[in-house]
Amino acid sequence: METGNAPSQRDRSTIARKGGVRIIDAVKMYGAQGAGVLAVDHCTFDVPAGEITVVVGPSGCGKTTLLNAIAGFHSLSSGSIYLDDEMLCGPGKLKAEPGPDRIVVFQNGALFPWKTNIDNVAFGPIMQGSMSRSEAYEKAQSMMADAGLRGIADSYPGEISSGVRRRVEIVRALMNDPKILLLDEPYRALDSLTKSVMHEALLEIFYKNRVTIFFITHDLEEAIFLGHRVVIMTTRPCRPKKILDIDIPHPRDYSVLTTKRFRAFMEETSAAVHEEAIKAFDAGEKER
Amino acid sequence: MPLKRHGAQTGAAMTESKLSEIRGIDSGQELIDEGTRSMTSWALAMHRTSLWLQSPRPYLMLIGFACFIGFWYLAVEVWKLPRFAEMPGPTQVLTEWLSRDPVYGLSIFVPEYYLHIWVSTRRIAIAFFLATGIGVPLGLFLGWSPRFKQYVFPVFELMRPIPPLAWVPLAIVMFRGSETPVIFLTFLASFYATALNTMLGVESIDASYIRAASCLGAKRWQVFRHIIVPGALPFIFTGLQISVGVAWFSLVAGEMVSGQYGLGSVINTSYTMVRYPMIIIGMVTLGIVGYITSAAIRLLGDYMMQWRTRELALGER
Repeated sequence: METGNAPSQRDRSTIARKGGVRIIDAVKMYGAQGAGVLAVDHCTFDVPAGEITVVVGPSGCGKTTLLNAIAGFHSLSSGSIYLDDEMLCGPGKLKAEPGPDRIVVFQNGALFPWKTNIDNVAFGPIMQGSMSRSEAYEKAQSMMADAGLRGIADSYPGEISSGVRRRVEIVRALMNDPKILLLDEPYRALDSLTKSVMHEALLEIFYKNRVTIFFITHDLEEAIFLGHRVVIMTTRPCRPKKILDIDIPHPRDYSVLTTKRFRAFMEETSAAVHEEAIKAFDAGEKER
Repeated sequence: MPLKRHGAQTGAAMTESKLSEIRGIDSGQELIDEGTRSMTSWALAMHRTSLWLQSPRPYLMLIGFACFIGFWYLAVEVWKLPRFAEMPGPTQVLTEWLSRDPVYGLSIFVPEYYLHIWVSTRRIAIAFFLATGIGVPLGLFLGWSPRFKQYVFPVFELMRPIPPLAWVPLAIVMFRGSETPVIFLTFLASFYATALNTMLGVESIDASYIRAASCLGAKRWQVFRHIIVPGALPFIFTGLQISVGVAWFSLVAGEMVSGQYGLGSVINTSYTMVRYPMIIIGMVTLGIVGYITSAAIRLLGDYMMQWRTRELALGER
């Protein structure tokens, strides 16, 4: 397969190993000092560059708080976060600045409903001033065509299905050549059949771009299927309980789900996840 | 359907080509009906009108009107109910309204009738544009900047419950002539409705849109322009609908107090001069003109919010 763009693709996968995130001793406390709720408790782990890291934990355990700190939506109470050896937030600067090197794909989707799909996709570079309008639209057009989204460029997000909306949103993120994609339970609202298509589509995007992915979910199967690395979190306050490197070779497809290897990973982790889920449930009962 | 078809094969390995085949189907034609998309807005309007005529809605509406006017006719002209003794019946009003030589001086053939309509509409237009021009920006900033809101909103909330009628004496003292006080009163009511709804509109915007925009590199003023303004638009137009309604309300109140032209003054002078059919003509005219202004705003809203119109129309098409 020696086509014209093959070398550049290889370049990307070897050189562009960017987007590694290092979380060191991160603590997040909500509310007044002392009396507040502890959401993230001395969290330390790495998100290796060029890989998919999936964080699994019960709903409301504080994993989104961690994502928000990386994205720059929230401050940390203490600790630090680095992106490729550059400090995003840490002592003296507890809140990172949001920026196009770390793009979030939101739980409920955040395509702007008042802009057409292509306006959404072209939005980033135009705002940053990194491309002229016509360049941005040209790139948006070709990226949408690559993702099989040509037919819906001029319609509004409200006119397409939620699965397709997610894909448009990921294309909108990739338009900016981000170092890392932060996905906050992006497929939560989708039915399981749509989900399975979305998983493979995401992997395909990943193989093509080798962009680092930080993925949050409460679905263990999703986590093991997608991740190079799975971080299982304790329930609130959240802290890594178990970190696994999933050595099932990439590229993966759905046949992986039925392999012994996959089952073994499921068995190894499901007890830990279940334990946390019960804790979360009990805590919820007490609060009420 | 393509997704379901795919689901059946979930267990099996899926090849690239299959995946792109699925994409080709579900991202293109199936989701959007190309035929209706390319329709011009005029054709779409005609299409909707014909659908409307085929539905039972227009006929139910006519029955509603018939019942209302029928009751009025029976109560006044047939049963002659005591409460309705002084009230003109529909026959009298209609003959007067359509007469070339009206007894009381006002009908659709008298230029003065249109002068009254024009004067009132002009006052509404000036007051409404002033209220929109000041109220929308104020509301946007109230919703956008918590600091600004802390300064301004308490004052705003204290002023808002004061009924426009309570401003009548001050308005007459503050402004000269008979025109400006009326416009001021009309403006006041509109302004509160517009500003308040605009503020609520900004506050209703999902925070993830703002976050997404800042992720994508939008600066603060770009967020304002691309997220805050269009995001608040549905609420703004709700506000404008209310605003034009209350504008007519306080206009008539103002015209009844001062001013020798305008539909409010028609009603008031007709009362003092015992020309009762003219009161009804004034009222019905207010109803019609008021409806037209509010329909015009609705149309403008539909035009400016294509995305919403299309979303809502998806089910109907």
